[in-house]
Amino acid sequence: MSEKSLTIIATKGTLDWAYPPFILSSTAAALGYNVTMFFTFYGLQLLKKDLSLSVSPLGNPGMPMPMAMDKWFPVLGTAIPGMQAMMTGMMKNTIKSKGVATVAELRDLCLEADVKMIGCQMTIDLFDIKHEDLIDEIDLGGAATYFEHAGESNINLFV
Amino acid sequence: MPDSNQELDARGLNCPLPILRAKKTLNGMAAGEVLKIMSTDPGSVKDFQAFATQTGNQLLDSSEVNGEFHFFLKKGD
Repeated sequence: MSEKSLTIIATKGTLDWAYPPFILSSTAAALGYNVTMFFTFYGLQLLKKDLSLSVSPLGNPGMPMPMAMDKWFPVLGTAIPGMQAMMTGMMKNTIKSKGVATVAELRDLCLEADVKMIGCQMTIDLFDIKHEDLIDEIDLGGAATYFEHAGESNINLFV
Repeated sequence: MPDSNQELDARGLNCPLPILRAKKTLNGMAAGEVLKIMSTDPGSVKDFQAFATQTGNQLLDSSEVNGEFHFFLKKGD
């Protein structure tokens, strides 16, 4: 079986959007793909040692609200203080009760499977992100580094 | 039912954990050995078929038993 490869650009730093890049990368690695993940802009949050990710219902009409909360808190209600913390807590409980892995668990599984992770140097400079706040297993690089992998890859995704 | 050399209890776990755990367990097994996996994730039925065709491990049997899904994977060379 010839070796295939996948690259994913991860650009989002919320609890919900942390899942697609880590699920796809860990699964592809299990299927025998060489996987490279490039983390840029808010995606850099996914490389923090301390993963304190949140999810917000604000501006997201597609988000299912438990207990018909969308009836009691239509649109503007999603902006009230405390709503983000509440929705984040609820989503974490749901994730646990449905047997879905935590983001940290999926990230560890990716690292275990030799998924290569590259942090965007420009974003680190732009947001003054401290190197010591990021996990040790990553390399840093820029767009050219990404294309070095993407140019050779069978599948390239942007999440 | 085929005989199995090892069992993996993936009940209660959701996508992609059953596949990832199966892959990890297969890594520690010899070619030709059979892994039995028990899962409660309905999505794992299609996923284990896809896993088998893409990895060269053979799916000997896939069945539903009392609302659970049982798979027998024979490790490829």
